[in-house]
Amino acid sequence: MATHEVTFPITDPAEIQKLRAGDEVVVQGHIIGIRDRTQVRIFDQGVEPPMDLSGAFLLHTAPGVRKLGPGRYEKVCIGTTTSARMVRFTEPLGAQYGVRAICGKGGFPDEAIEPMQRLGMVYFAIVGGAAALETTQIEEIEEVAWEELMPECLWKFRVKDFGPLTVGIDAHGGSLYRDVQERARKKLEEIYARL
Amino acid sequence: MSVTTTTSLDGAVESAAAHLYVWALKDIPQDLRDALARAAETETSVPGQRVLQTILRNVNVAEEEKNLVCQDTGIAVYYCRVGEHFPLHPARIYAALKEGTERATIEHPLRSNTVHTLTRENTGQNVGYRVPIVHWDFISDWDGLDVKCVPKGSGSENMSFLKMCVPADGVRGIKEFVLDSIVGAGGKPCPPGIVGVGIGGSADYAMHLAKEAIARPVGTRNEDPLVAELEEDLYGLLNETGIGPMGLGGDVTVLSVHVEHADTHMTLNPVAVNYQCWAARRASAHVAADGTIDYERDA
Repeated sequence: MATHEVTFPITDPAEIQKLRAGDEVVVQGHIIGIRDRTQVRIFDQGVEPPMDLSGAFLLHTAPGVRKLGPGRYEKVCIGTTTSARMVRFTEPLGAQYGVRAICGKGGFPDEAIEPMQRLGMVYFAIVGGAAALETTQIEEIEEVAWEELMPECLWKFRVKDFGPLTVGIDAHGGSLYRDVQERARKKLEEIYARL
Repeated sequence: MSVTTTTSLDGAVESAAAHLYVWALKDIPQDLRDALARAAETETSVPGQRVLQTILRNVNVAEEEKNLVCQDTGIAVYYCRVGEHFPLHPARIYAALKEGTERATIEHPLRSNTVHTLTRENTGQNVGYRVPIVHWDFISDWDGLDVKCVPKGSGSENMSFLKMCVPADGVRGIKEFVLDSIVGAGGKPCPPGIVGVGIGGSADYAMHLAKEAIARPVGTRNEDPLVAELEEDLYGLLNETGIGPMGLGGDVTVLSVHVEHADTHMTLNPVAVNYQCWAARRASAHVAADGTIDYERDA
């Protein structure tokens, strides 16, 4: 299991190809915060997002913030939410907007594996609940769009040493979640046989 | 009961609620810190170890930065034990808890999670219709009030499961359902956490008991030896599944299993599972009849 440092947004798709499920990753640059209602607005209501998502790293979040002035916010506590609720947006995010990485907690179900492989995307697992640490790695909230969806807006954060993240699903068809579930199901059969 | 006393008691309960909510979110109990440290000593998988080290680091950063352990400020849940001679009626206690929750949300400020369940519009201050959620116990021959605040995050609350097993399923049925639920939940509820199991009673009461179980200090055992044995059995079995920290694979899937039970109908065998993520936040206070407040993080 290798360790990588990747800066987002990426311009070279090879950056994604070198990541393998289980690898450790630390992220630099800019990441975009997105959540349930944000994606419902883009895909179910057909509203174009007012931010460039090509090569982007999306974070499943709804940050706790303090308002400083019109469109300006400072961080209070920023953490990550459960990804599985938003799995259906994976394919269109990659195909229509060129998103390259989705980061959240708890993993994506197996339906994300094929589109991620086809479109050259990865899923990064963050440690859910570790928001105090995550907040220190977010240097600044640079932009906010769709404030009326607060806190489920579209957020642009500048980050430094964001992580450690684990590659949960890679662009080669690998998924730690699928492997763990397969092993656990086999184990359950064994346990049930001796109950 | 004089008006003055009542007014100051209202204020005391409100202050207790406001303080407990923020305190619970920032400073996790010692029993939980110890359990997480023990998990890190045991874990052999690389991603699992990475997760546990990050969790331990995060708990320290929260302390240094005086920040919340987790951004999910949860849905505010309070457990109240009210003495029969406590000079404030539960209706007033509820109003004070609500005021305190709202005040903490505005003053800190805390992210507000509470929405109308159909329109999904955020109510703004972590309170709303029937929120906060308050559970009551009434104690005879006593004039005090114990309040425990357990802010419950949605990642783990979404991993709640109920099965009306039949009596013929027996204890085996209970064990299989808990195992299936936790394996199915995978990394979503932020493992390793506390698995709360409620058995017996009725459908709604089984879930209530499961929730009560997760609010116990980590690793405490049910007083009934039969139930305690079930807790130990489930703990061992769940940690054989290999789900591991954050579902990335590993040895530590759960920190503890707590079971609460009630007698039930001869044709019922309800099993409820309520998951508590590793950030098992809880904080308690005792409010005396004269309005004096004693805080107790580890209760």
